[in-house]
Amino acid sequence: MATIFQRTSVLTDKPFHYCPGCGHGIVHRMVAEVIDELGIREISTGVAPVGCAVFAYNYFDIDMYEAAHGRAPALATGYKRVHPDHVIFTYQGDGDLASIGTAEIVHAAHRGEKITTIFINNAIYGMTGGQMAPTTLVGQKTTTSPLGRDKDHCGEPIRMAEMLATISGSAFIARCALNNTPNLIKTKQAIKKAFETQIARKGFSMVEILSPCPTNWGKSPAEAMDWIQDAMIPYYPLGVMKEV
Amino acid sequence: MAKKLMKGCEAIAEAAIQAGCRYFFGYPITPQNDIPEYMSLRLPQVGGCFLQAESELAAINMVYGAAGAGARVMTSSSSPGISLKQEGISTCAAAELPCVVVNMMRGGPGLGNIQASQGDYFQATKGGGHGDYHAIVYAPSSIAEAVELMPKAFDVAEDYRTPVIILADGLIGQMMEPVEMPDNPNPVMRDKPWAATGYKPGGAKPRAIINSLYIETEDLDELCRRMQARYREIEKNEQRVELYHTEGAEFILCAYGTVARVCKAAVRILEEQGVKVGLVRPITLWPFPSGAVHDAIAQDSVKAALTVEVSAGQMVEDIRLAVNGCKPVEYLGEAGSRIPEAEEIAERILAMRRA
Repeated sequence: MATIFQRTSVLTDKPFHYCPGCGHGIVHRMVAEVIDELGIREISTGVAPVGCAVFAYNYFDIDMYEAAHGRAPALATGYKRVHPDHVIFTYQGDGDLASIGTAEIVHAAHRGEKITTIFINNAIYGMTGGQMAPTTLVGQKTTTSPLGRDKDHCGEPIRMAEMLATISGSAFIARCALNNTPNLIKTKQAIKKAFETQIARKGFSMVEILSPCPTNWGKSPAEAMDWIQDAMIPYYPLGVMKEV
Repeated sequence: MAKKLMKGCEAIAEAAIQAGCRYFFGYPITPQNDIPEYMSLRLPQVGGCFLQAESELAAINMVYGAAGAGARVMTSSSSPGISLKQEGISTCAAAELPCVVVNMMRGGPGLGNIQASQGDYFQATKGGGHGDYHAIVYAPSSIAEAVELMPKAFDVAEDYRTPVIILADGLIGQMMEPVEMPDNPNPVMRDKPWAATGYKPGGAKPRAIINSLYIETEDLDELCRRMQARYREIEKNEQRVELYHTEGAEFILCAYGTVARVCKAAVRILEEQGVKVGLVRPITLWPFPSGAVHDAIAQDSVKAALTVEVSAGQMVEDIRLAVNGCKPVEYLGEAGSRIPEAEEIAERILAMRRA
């Protein structure tokens, strides 16, 4: 019998620790498949964040770093300057990238750092237990906005892809979502494009991915996918924001 | 080797390059700006890379990335900037990454001023950042000594896989002195099988995981035991101290860095008056040379010791721990950035003699 699909060898055999319905496992597989398909495994290194993907170094079967909260782009910069012909990606959540690590991501883009960032936007702090993120939608209830996010009190959610697309050093910026099959296909295409952008040394590349967090959203996995479509996508439009 | 006149910051930067340092990440802060300025011109000439980071946080994390990739890498800053780097220094220590951090101490606390000071002794020697760790701390008292210590700093950082701090002060950074700069175009680099340099499945080199997170109690305990065992080795092998006229002395002065030079002047003033005084100068502040300090002060001839610091009294605690009550230990100095005069130190010893 012909094998028409198999697990990529760029992932280890360790079972993911993620909750049922979480998007991290899907994105991990896509990133690993892209590394496999581009034939860059032996020169690829990843940087795990502080957040739900903190153990990503257990899953990607390549050299890996674990960064302090928000610092992954600075760390990747240090690595890339030592090994300019290698490929490095950071894998970051919205607290890590859009809050505590805002300076690092903006300046990595600003320098045109030849790195790739996979940015998981699930509108909440997952690992620490569902606190408000910079990306939390107005009215969305979290453990630190129990009555719903009030924009007069703490502002409106930050759109990182649009912001980074305005910076001259960024070469490929896209926003994708995991809520249905067409969007999954586009997400993997964007991840591949981001890595190709780095390999071609065009500049900074990032894919922001709207990803479900059923546990902290208080929804079933199916309801979470619907919420991405009905609540997130209207505020966070999908598409390629910048391509050089 | 010809002697040449060099500014402290530039001499330290050039000595680092001669020691094989090829990567520097930093952020401007006075009084150490001459180090990044010098590196920005020199590193590209030797095939290295200088990058001005967006902050001290980013700079130390770029160091983390480059150290994990196997490079000889350093950063420099001054007191408030070193405070900002502490999370990264703790992370480098836990990830067992070698790197060199230069602190040209300035007056504190807070923004303080930009004059020389010694207020960061506790921060440098007692960990500084969170968790149970140490960095090896060298305190040069001249530019020539700083130049001599730089290759040693990179070597011990790699031997023990630990951050090393050069704890100098603004005076060392800003003054000019004659130095003999080694000319070492091809420094010998150590093999680093643990570094992230690319993983080939089935190859001889295991997959690199550069990490400071150990979520299981047993795993974190194992890391901490390994680090503590290494610290005991460092304490055994790496203590450095200068003993100046200590044998048979009546009083012992204790000081490090530029203050120790003022103390040597005080020793000479007192010797001219027939008072036999010696100086103990720790060169490694961690590991602290407790044995040498104890032995110098515990001599039968010694009446008391006096530590002199540009701080409210920080090293004096380690001196007292080393002496363990066998002789009185007094302290002279003040917080901020006023460096005591040699005459003032001599007068204090004479007062202690009369008491």
